[in-house]
Amino acid sequence: MATIHLAVNGRPYTVDADPQTSLLTVLREHLDLTGSKYGCGEGQCGACTVLIDGRAQRSCITKVGAVAQRPITTIEGLGSGDQLHPVQEAFLEEGAMQCAYCTSGMIMSAVALLNRNHQPKESEIVEFMDGNICRCGTYPRIVSAIQRAARAMAKAGAATGAGR
Amino acid sequence: MSEKPHVQIPMEPERYELTAAPPYHFDLDRREFFRFLGAGILVVSVLKQAALTQESGGARAGRDDSLPKEIDAWLHLGENGKVTVYTGKVEMGQNIRTSLSQGVAEELHVPISAIEMVMGDTQLTPFDMGTFGSRTTPTMNLQLRKVAAAARELLIGLAAAQWQTDRQRLIAADGKVTDPKTRRSVEYAALAKGQQLTQSIPADGPLIPATSWTVAGQSVPKVDGRDFVTGKHRYPSDHKLPDCWQGKVLRPPSFGATLLSVDSQKAEQMGATVVHDGNFVGVAAPDAGLATAAVAAIRAEWKSEPQPSSKELFDYLRKNPVEGRDPTGDGDRYETGNVDQAMASAEHRLQQTYTVSYIAHVPLEPRAALAKWEGDNLTVWTGTQRPFGVRGELAEAFRIPEDRVRVLMPDTGSGYGGKHTGETAIEAARLARAAKRPIKVVWTREEEFTWAYFRPAGVIDVVSGARSDGTITAWEFHNYNSGSAGIRTYYAIPNQRIVFHATRSPLRQGSYRALAATANHFARESHMDEVAHAVKMDPLEFRLKNLKDERLRAVFEAAAKKFGWGKSPAPGQGFGMGGGYEKLGNIATFVEVSVDRKSGEVKVVRVVSAFECGAVVNPDNLRNQIQGSNVQGLGGALFEAIEFEQGKILNGRMSEYRVPRFSDVPVLETVLLDRKDIPSVGAGECPMVGLAPAIANAIYHATGVRLRSLPLVPEGLKLS
Ligand code: FES
Ligand code: FES
Repeated sequence: MATIHLAVNGRPYTVDADPQTSLLTVLREHLDLTGSKYGCGEGQCGACTVLIDGRAQRSCITKVGAVAQRPITTIEGLGSGDQLHPVQEAFLEEGAMQCAYCTSGMIMSAVALLNRNHQPKESEIVEFMDGNICRCGTYPRIVSAIQRAARAMAKAGAATGAGR
Repeated sequence: MSEKPHVQIPMEPERYELTAAPPYHFDLDRREFFRFLGAGILVVSVLKQAALTQESGGARAGRDDSLPKEIDAWLHLGENGKVTVYTGKVEMGQNIRTSLSQGVAEELHVPISAIEMVMGDTQLTPFDMGTFGSRTTPTMNLQLRKVAAAARELLIGLAAAQWQTDRQRLIAADGKVTDPKTRRSVEYAALAKGQQLTQSIPADGPLIPATSWTVAGQSVPKVDGRDFVTGKHRYPSDHKLPDCWQGKVLRPPSFGATLLSVDSQKAEQMGATVVHDGNFVGVAAPDAGLATAAVAAIRAEWKSEPQPSSKELFDYLRKNPVEGRDPTGDGDRYETGNVDQAMASAEHRLQQTYTVSYIAHVPLEPRAALAKWEGDNLTVWTGTQRPFGVRGELAEAFRIPEDRVRVLMPDTGSGYGGKHTGETAIEAARLARAAKRPIKVVWTREEEFTWAYFRPAGVIDVVSGARSDGTITAWEFHNYNSGSAGIRTYYAIPNQRIVFHATRSPLRQGSYRALAATANHFARESHMDEVAHAVKMDPLEFRLKNLKDERLRAVFEAAAKKFGWGKSPAPGQGFGMGGGYEKLGNIATFVEVSVDRKSGEVKVVRVVSAFECGAVVNPDNLRNQIQGSNVQGLGGALFEAIEFEQGKILNGRMSEYRVPRFSDVPVLETVLLDRKDIPSVGAGECPMVGLAPAIANAIYHATGVRLRSLPLVPEGLKLS
């Protein structure tokens, strides 16, 4: 056991845990942030995806000891207040979910993609998202949702740019 | 609009889905409902036979204390105008929380936002066999529309009595009853105020015809979508209780192994509670890590039995009929005309064998349950398609009456027919009883792959006889093990013999989305293609020549048109089709594949589906379901198969069992044939059945190689 300081969704947390424990377990069991899901435990499905330093990481194979003090964002920390993140909005508008168990991981991966590539081509979306499984098969809608979010973010960016 | 199901051919009984209702039923009585829900109006159905005579009197309202005690409540309209609807169906991605709300909103004339659906709670909702077989839309949607219509008629009656006017001139709209002549109107909430009225559901209440729908028939967004994109929704595996511990079960090293001895001293020293009861060994510990470590510390001796392997599977299935089961028994055999004679005189005779492997459902959320005892009363939250069935399993396992067990199903991370059973519920409840605190059990992916059940494997022999002009005259079809769903042919063939042979299964098997219809359509529609080539006819022309069913012809023709059937392929390109009729829906699927002759890689490039399932309830959701069926179907068609040996699963991990991903997805096009004149049926299963044969037929078209086993190309296509 060790005392570990975490920075999740802009808030500091202190947990007592074995540093070898997965970040996913700590998020779900210790912090009750259950939006990140378990799907495979071996980095194959992406249901547990969170952002660490803004990059998409599989929290099931990330040891909590390795991410102390680094900024972690989970699905619960996206958007601000009542305002959804454009990617969340786009998933709703496209109806890009059935059981939605994959959805938080999909959204986190999509946010990471759009952070580094504002206008991804369809083939780039497919390549980047290929590590995320949707067993219900909603892939085409997820692609559309990411494209929609990219357009919305570009528009919002242009609007704030023009205002300056 | 006629509400009678439009039956084309009789539905076959499906042996994996036969579950009887329990012989007894306990429920709250009417007064308790009002105490629990508050005043207002309640739409109920009556369980006792004596009450049926009252029901046949048509819609009746009033303070009728002669109503029997045993009733099921379906809808409550509270004094605040809030509508609560109760159904034993469950939500796991089919989006029925939304589509059922639409049906209620349509009939009751309230906004969808005023409706709350209580689903799959054995204490609060009427008994339901389970959510499977695409029955929610044809049965529950209709039932809830009737329930809502009964409430609407009651409200109109109340307003008419209040105004002492003729009810015929009153209109219900926007949560109000209005008299257009006097422009008077009254809110439903005001009508419900201070009331304790019960209304039973009339057999033929007036329903709004599909042609006049304004809410149903529309694409409305998922009712609680926001909870899912924010991570707020709690799935069964997310549920927690104060003082809750985690449970873990010791698994045998192979299927069928028997436990000889257990030494759990070490696990107990670690602070875990260990339960050894019959063949069950499990632990409970304050957290999952400790529970896992404690299970690993248990020393157990097992005796394993020899087991068949996937290599000899098909041989095994043929040679192991279930003894004592008459293969010619009802439902297992269908015969018409004189097959042997027709076969002997046929100009073309073709005999082929097709096989399908076991595949896994791989619901992205593995099985999970949270169990809590209060004295002799047990409450379990779990992800299951059969909450009432799991209640029965628990009652039996713990030898307690069913009214002491409550099962709740929070909206779950999918099922596809794979969550009919209550393994985790029983495991968590057993551990909770020993640990004297709530226990949560969540299966690992490996446990889900190994200890759940599989889609049955099967061997199918087909023999056909045809004339040179392309008329099929004789049809013989034998299915070993995979099941009888969709086994009958919809082609007009005068002489048929169709037999399902029950066999012993090396692996635990059960329902899977579309059941055996996938296997049976694969064999039938592949064989149709083979005969078409034998008689040198275009596969579409050949099918239409032998197809009398108008609805099926319509989907084949619509898909062919959209696909552009008849164009000639580029090198490496192939076109194929498959289709059929399942769960009262009609599907035709046309596929384009490209085959890389060097690498053997087969890519499904484009899929066009034409689907007709009566009146369309929510077109957007329907497209979503059809796309989903096709994407999921790709896995079983191309590469999914469970491998096993000596009672062990060899590829039971996500890294070893390939499921479809983004890069596997073809261009998916959908044609919806909306038949407003035919009652709606479900769409979760039927669209899947045309895909596998369409791909096999397209591969043949591209390469001349005929593949007769599912999956078709687990390691690519071997071209010599
Ligand atoms: S649970 Fe982490 S990738 Fe599957
Ligand atoms: S929506 Fe069910 S897994 Fe993606």
